[in-house]
Amino acid sequence: MSTGIGARVRRKEDRRFITGKGRYTDDIRNDNQAYAAFVRSPHAHAAVKGIDKAAAEAMEGVIAVLDGHQLTGDGIGNIITGWAITSRDGSPMNIGAWSALATDRVRYVGDAVAVVIAESPALARTAAEAVAVDYEPLAAVAQPVAALASGAPQVHDNVPGNLVFDWEIGDEARADAGLAAAAHVTEVEISNNRLAPNAIEPRSAIAIHDEAEDHYTLYTTSQNPHVARLVLSAFYNVAPEHKLRVIAPDVGGGFGSKIYIYPEEITCLWAAMKTGRSVKWTAERSEAFMTDAHGRDHVTRARMGFDKNGRITAFKVDTIANLGAYVSLFATATPTYLYGTLLSGQYDIPAIYGTVKAVNTNTVPVDAYRGAGRPEATYLIERTMDIAAREMGMDPAELRRINFIKAFPYQTQVLLNYDSGDFPALLDMAQKAADTAGFAQRKAEAAARGKLRGIGYSTFIEACGLAPSAAAGSLGAGVGLWESAEVRVNPVGTVEVLTGCHSHGQSHETTFAQLVSDRFGIPIENISIVHGDTDKVQFGMGTYGSRSGPVGMSAVMRALDKVEAKVRKIVAHQLEASEDDIEIVAGEARVAGTDRKMAWHEIGLAAYTAHNLPADMEPGLKEGAFFDPVNFSFPSGCFICEVEVDPETGVTEIVRFVSADDFGTIINPMVVEGQVHGGVTQGIGQALLEQVVYDESGQLLTGSYMDYCMPRADDVPSYAIAHGCTPSPNNPLGIKGCGEAGAIGAPPAVINAIADAIGTDDISMPATPQKVWEALHRARPAVAAE
Amino acid sequence: MGQLKLSVNGRAVSRDVPGETLLVDLLREHLRLTGTHVGCDTGQCGACVVHVDGRAVKACNVLAHAVAGSQVTTIEGLADGGGLHPMQQAFNENHGLQCGFCTPGMIMSGVDMVQRYKAAGRDLDEPAIRHELEGNICRCTGYENIVKSIQSAAARM
Repeated sequence: MSTGIGARVRRKEDRRFITGKGRYTDDIRNDNQAYAAFVRSPHAHAAVKGIDKAAAEAMEGVIAVLDGHQLTGDGIGNIITGWAITSRDGSPMNIGAWSALATDRVRYVGDAVAVVIAESPALARTAAEAVAVDYEPLAAVAQPVAALASGAPQVHDNVPGNLVFDWEIGDEARADAGLAAAAHVTEVEISNNRLAPNAIEPRSAIAIHDEAEDHYTLYTTSQNPHVARLVLSAFYNVAPEHKLRVIAPDVGGGFGSKIYIYPEEITCLWAAMKTGRSVKWTAERSEAFMTDAHGRDHVTRARMGFDKNGRITAFKVDTIANLGAYVSLFATATPTYLYGTLLSGQYDIPAIYGTVKAVNTNTVPVDAYRGAGRPEATYLIERTMDIAAREMGMDPAELRRINFIKAFPYQTQVLLNYDSGDFPALLDMAQKAADTAGFAQRKAEAAARGKLRGIGYSTFIEACGLAPSAAAGSLGAGVGLWESAEVRVNPVGTVEVLTGCHSHGQSHETTFAQLVSDRFGIPIENISIVHGDTDKVQFGMGTYGSRSGPVGMSAVMRALDKVEAKVRKIVAHQLEASEDDIEIVAGEARVAGTDRKMAWHEIGLAAYTAHNLPADMEPGLKEGAFFDPVNFSFPSGCFICEVEVDPETGVTEIVRFVSADDFGTIINPMVVEGQVHGGVTQGIGQALLEQVVYDESGQLLTGSYMDYCMPRADDVPSYAIAHGCTPSPNNPLGIKGCGEAGAIGAPPAVINAIADAIGTDDISMPATPQKVWEALHRARPAVAAE
Repeated sequence: MGQLKLSVNGRAVSRDVPGETLLVDLLREHLRLTGTHVGCDTGQCGACVVHVDGRAVKACNVLAHAVAGSQVTTIEGLADGGGLHPMQQAFNENHGLQCGFCTPGMIMSGVDMVQRYKAAGRDLDEPAIRHELEGNICRCTGYENIVKSIQSAAARM
């Protein structure tokens, strides 16, 4: 059975997970282990008048109680944001200071003011409750629109009006002209509900300080350990990079929430130095709801103009994005360059203009969550298309079809240059798989059972493969977004691939190995993938933004090119043949058309014994590469969702869900389909179930799985998946990335289907039974009364 | 509370642990069986499911002393010898896991539901599996391949 590119190879990493031998951060325990518990604000906004630590310090088993004044006094730097955004008036963004432990003011429920280090987790928690903090509550604001109102409570003194930036993209005059000339203008007001990412493994950190070497080690639940080390060194002054090792072992899901370097990791490292103990912290789920970066939380007004034939003339968008109390690492990029640049969707739109006002509120920071900006753009565009179709009396699929971009490359009006795609083909594929021709009959059959059946489309595009470094830099990014790889062929011919990407569910140990198996024909068992440790892998940018395939694997391909070139030279020299005549097949290198050959292990051995190498060749067989993409990749897709709504209860059942995706080249279809299943389920969660709720005073009302409704197995259907393929021209594999598509494309497909079923667009996410029932009654009192 | 005696994965265990110790802490912290995971603090996620006397139990919701004298099986003790239990095998064959964190709980719940349905002579079809998985949350897989894994294992158990 093939283990190369395109094969459904079973995962190499599974064995340790299915036997309970995975090694997650919380599974690790050191000899001198101490445990941290944080003292967190119960107020959304308050002045800190004093902290009385005496009672906690006096408790047996308490090692230290440390506060923010001590932390800043030791020179630990404030938490940074990694992407500078310029407002449309040319002014820089306004950023309020964020200390890992708050000193004089707390700004959200859960903001930490102190940490207790104790001999057990239970002792640490008990002692944390004994720390008496004198808070003077201040007026708070939790909703983004309210935060912009005049007289709203100020989250930071140096962020006037709570406005972090007021950004624009596109050409306003052109968009206005397009709207003025339109035969029909559709106006929408749309909220994108706030979500908690909810990786099932809670965040965790273990810090170790080796006093003799003045060296630190951090085990952490990170998607990007090298970025963590860079930021901890360069900005937080914990230790210089060569004195800090960051290890992200097995990590139980991330979805964006484990990109950021949080206050807890910084505090644990600092506390390890202060106490001389290894310091461990693991979040409880309720702590995760309070402190993990949330996602989405946009409020948008938009207008889309159409000519008399249904062609889009212009799109104008005004969005307010909630950034929470502090500006997190990628929080500024998410509602701008990952949102505004996607406002063209799959459509040829001649004029686009968008503004984004990013605001502080007294809520936990909001940052990138699976899809990051692209789900918000997609939901806006795809809801607008459906609403417009209903208003104009057109078929939603046909309205999409006549507006599709059909020739590539395509320069949008919002910076991006789409490299490839075939949107009509995806629509056709999805319609066939969804049997849309039979929908009317199914709707009638459902009606006979008293159910309202509806169908919804979402035709979407993403910008993935983050990101071309120069382009990102020119737009304000503080880092380059290339990726690195090193391929080491050992003397016995086994291969290790070191990558700067990080797998926390993405199956890299299998799919990256497939690249090597494909190239040299060697057994996949003889290939290991090494990642997640800054002492092993020199540098890398980690895994997010569907980048491991298009960027990380591309780096591996480049390193494999170099290894292959050296192998050819070695074999040609040893077999006295021309390099051009060497064929590498099935773990052997042969001189074409002869029986002269070297087995793979003989080649490795030859490279390392170095007894007979070409005159100018260095011994060894190890090559590295950095790959910096020239453009984003542009996965696209068409989702079709069919629902049945019970008018008696408002309960929505998803009865059919079809995904037709174009991810370019697929390395392992089994893994890619798994990514789609998971992404779509998160999208269905957003559409039907999930919402983080803060009340007016900034209290978090959804702080556990009792209050925050996660999708469960019986909330979602079985999925039908089809793949189209237009390879990306911008990387050696033609790969586009698949991690985020489901979460990006699914929410509008679901809501469009519900709107179709109940005959009104007066419905928002999450479309709970109560909301659906109420919408139905508002729109169709007669039907509802039947 | 005195000495707690029970059997874990077929081995007699005797430990002096405080009365408030949760079963999951006994397993993870005292016995260092870290395959049983903690994903929430309200008994919702099911990452901590183990078997107590052959029945699925959320180990975060049970005091260790409450299972004194019981036979506890964790993910580490599910398979006989060095092989894999059919449920473990099925999760690998059907790509029933991604990050692996919820997986031990899913596998232990899967084994439990198959055994219960077989004992009752009931058909464990897809809707039944989805209903039975109510107490296990996965954020990675969308459940599709977990359902397939359990269906596939049920045919072999």
